[in-house]
Amino acid sequence: MAQVGKRPLSPHLSVYRLYFTMVMSGLHRITGLGLVFGVLLLAWWLLAAAAGPDHFAVVQGLLGSWFGKLCLFGWTFSLFYHMSNGVRHMLWDMGVAMDIEGIKTGGVVMAAVAGTLTIATWAIVIAVG
Amino acid sequence: MTMSHARQQGDLKGFLRAPLAIARGYGSAKTGTEHWWAQRMTSIALVPLGVWFALSVALMPSADLAVVKAWIGNPCNTALLLLFIGVGCHHASAGLDIIMEDYIHCESAKLICVIGQRMLLLLLAVTCMAAVLKVAFGG
Repeated sequence: MAQVGKRPLSPHLSVYRLYFTMVMSGLHRITGLGLVFGVLLLAWWLLAAAAGPDHFAVVQGLLGSWFGKLCLFGWTFSLFYHMSNGVRHMLWDMGVAMDIEGIKTGGVVMAAVAGTLTIATWAIVIAVG
Repeated sequence: MTMSHARQQGDLKGFLRAPLAIARGYGSAKTGTEHWWAQRMTSIALVPLGVWFALSVALMPSADLAVVKAWIGNPCNTALLLLFIGVGCHHASAGLDIIMEDYIHCESAKLICVIGQRMLLLLLAVTCMAAVLKVAFGG
């Protein structure tokens, strides 16, 4: 069993030129991973809310800092990107737009939708408070 | 679709079984459709849940603890929050399974990571839910 890990693997990132569809797919995976970290942050926020004002102030302070806001912005984009690309994946499940042109166009549309939703959400945040 | 091996050979067991019974569990992996369906179902559910969550938090007038507690305490929000957490963690677990299977090649390390990830995400989900319920019912 120990030998299994020693088998040579095909190179991927070291040899492939990064092209659009590959980046979109990679981002889907990376945003998915980023969202998991966001859930950890959500857990901390909820636990702090349940614990009381002191603990909550700590979390809110961190989230309100420039770094915290950057993380939240990244998390929002991850959410909408992963969601939009997920819809694109489900369209593929139904066989829609599975040709090369469809995939590329779909990718552009999807990224634009994700970006728009992110900016819209943060516009609401700024407008409300 | 061709009939199974068993039927072609005139095997009595194959003859007495319905085609679906013969098909189920066939193939090298034996199972997999449940995982595929679970992924699709959680993905579909997470579209409205995710949008609701992001917009709700964005629309919150302030970040005061009282406001946040009131929001969580509203039964509609409590329900949606519990669903978002539960469905989200299930979806995350399925996704992490795939990532770990792709990148961890040592069999024992892979097994430990996959089992560990499922337990940790379950713990995370239940912890979040406990916090939500405490705020919602604790006052």
